[in-house]
Amino acid sequence: MSSSAEILSQAFTLGYTYTRSTGPIVGQFLTSLRARKMVGIKASDGKVLMPPVEFDPVSAAALSEFVDVADCGVVKTWCWVKQPRKAHPSDKPFAWAMILLDGADTPMLHWIDAGDEAAMSTGMRVKVRWAEETKGLMSDINGFVPEAAALLGELKPAASDEQITGMEAPIYLTYNFTAGKATARYLQSMKKGKLVGQRCPNCRNVYIPPRGSCAACGVPTEEEVTLGNKATVESFTIVYIPIPGNPIKPPYVIANLVLDGANLSFLHLLSECKNEDVRIGMRVEALWKPEEEWGYAMENIQYFKPIDEPDVPVDQIGKLIDEGR
Amino acid sequence: MRDVAIVAFAQSNCQRDAGAQNEVELIMPVLTEVFKQTGIKSAQDVDFTCSGSCDYQQGAAFAFVAGVDALGAVPPIKESHVEMDAAWALYEAWLKIQMGHAESALLYGFGKSSPGELPIVLSQQLDPYYLAPLWVDTIAFAAMQARTMLDSGEITEADMAEVVARSRNNALANPHAQLKGDQTAADLLKEATYVSPLRLHDCCPISDGACAMIICTIEKAEEWGKPYAIIKGIDHRIETHHIGSRDLSRSVSTEIAGEAVGVKNGKVDVAELYAPFSHQEIILKKALGLGDDTVINPSGGVLAGNVMMASGLSRIGEVAMRIIRGEITRGVAHATSGPCLQQNLVTVLEAK
Ligand SMILES: [Zn+2]
Repeated sequence: MSSSAEILSQAFTLGYTYTRSTGPIVGQFLTSLRARKMVGIKASDGKVLMPPVEFDPVSAAALSEFVDVADCGVVKTWCWVKQPRKAHPSDKPFAWAMILLDGADTPMLHWIDAGDEAAMSTGMRVKVRWAEETKGLMSDINGFVPEAAALLGELKPAASDEQITGMEAPIYLTYNFTAGKATARYLQSMKKGKLVGQRCPNCRNVYIPPRGSCAACGVPTEEEVTLGNKATVESFTIVYIPIPGNPIKPPYVIANLVLDGANLSFLHLLSECKNEDVRIGMRVEALWKPEEEWGYAMENIQYFKPIDEPDVPVDQIGKLIDEGR
Repeated sequence: MRDVAIVAFAQSNCQRDAGAQNEVELIMPVLTEVFKQTGIKSAQDVDFTCSGSCDYQQGAAFAFVAGVDALGAVPPIKESHVEMDAAWALYEAWLKIQMGHAESALLYGFGKSSPGELPIVLSQQLDPYYLAPLWVDTIAFAAMQARTMLDSGEITEADMAEVVARSRNNALANPHAQLKGDQTAADLLKEATYVSPLRLHDCCPISDGACAMIICTIEKAEEWGKPYAIIKGIDHRIETHHIGSRDLSRSVSTEIAGEAVGVKNGKVDVAELYAPFSHQEIILKKALGLGDDTVINPSGGVLAGNVMMASGLSRIGEVAMRIIRGEITRGVAHATSGPCLQQNLVTVLEAK
């Protein structure tokens, strides 16, 4: 997490580790691709669609008749990428192109390794450069190249000839998350060891962590309220399942805690007690990590632990008196 | 179809990076503004609320739910969301009013694209087997579409630069615009290509922001006593995801939607067209049959600022506000989604 003036931001990668089922049509195309063969599908009007689709784009009829097409063809349109993005299939300048393969009636998208923009033209002939190893993915085509280009490199036989029914399709997207104004103020206070929430000017409820609005009233919140370390258990659960990447060993307790003077709970860990003794209404207190470990994070509080105070009746939780109200 | 009134519209500035503003902080100012214009207090005073946004843009799961914190949804309100531009949220609300299920509705759209790499994020809206795994981005598809038209001689690079120059010039009068200036087409043509044949200025900028609108029945608008613009027709159509089957030099879906709402049934004073790439404005103008007596994108359009998921609703709001201010009597607004104008929504707006 970096901090410049009031802006707190954090880079992160969002991963969607999807496995997709292909169905019979896409599956057949990918199975053929793995065997370094191109197949299209016959549309209702007899035209050959490339790559194959399950349903005719015009008649909506289900399609099933595969047709062999060549692994070479003509560039119908293209663009030149001077500065490839990290996710792109080539790290040196390349062309995206719509390529009409011989025997097909619709062009398909892929990329062309032409070296230089000057080598590209609409109407030029190109051929597939097969990947050394094929897996039944679009990347089995390691781009197209101008038809006259010599292709070196050994082509290994496909590892399997089983019909493809699924594919790995992981997606990783990188972001730089920026905390909102209210969250940033809250995190800056956390770094100083203080719990600071915000009060609604309308209903007077206090929220921590604050989001910059009262969700009940729909008005901005600005007034800041410093809260203490004591809280009440509003609800809790005992976690028995290990969570990948989580250093805490199950079973452990996660609780909805309402700080004294606040009206909405947040989640935190509960420790220094027997799991079976945890109950709604139980009084607890924050245990802060040593000051030198404080960052812009809720984890500055290591966990909450029980204190020797009488339980709060259920109907009083989240309504504890705060002098300001 | 019953007439529906637009009584209020507000939009934020288009900013390249809204920095330390979360979705609530982006939405709340435009909500406050439309409540003020309508003379109501909150979302409790309308029958239905619908929003448009896409969590992939900022990479925050359920950001659209967090956005509801701006509404004051206690006691519970009737609320819905489209993972689309808020122009489609308007369509949903318009249907609700047609069905007699609501008399008034609040719409809002917001987008914070700055945290991610937008063209790459948008690559994942494509076919998940054939296209998304190659990470082909939106700019590439638009560039290939432009080349199709350049190759056929239908347009020239100068035509494209003219669109950009006019957009930037018009944007000088738009306080919300992100890119504005008085460059001529000749100046713009001197710039190098970006993703050839596109130059950077042929592509809309990436913007953060939000917009909001309030619509209602004519009876409700009269009751509120506010001036309004009337939605005479709204229709949307989509083309196949098999991009090789499409004629990229035309927008068939816009043609059909434009026909359905009767764009040609009267003079069109102003058209706000959602053309994220310069050549697409030329395609849309033709698809809607707009003549030279129609002023296109007086706001500067999305080439001057493009808040993904809000810009479509803003096109409609721009035209509505011109009618409400009495500047024009009839206008057309267009919204788009998907690669190379795949899906298109057309609205005809008229004065009382
Ligand atoms: Zn409140």
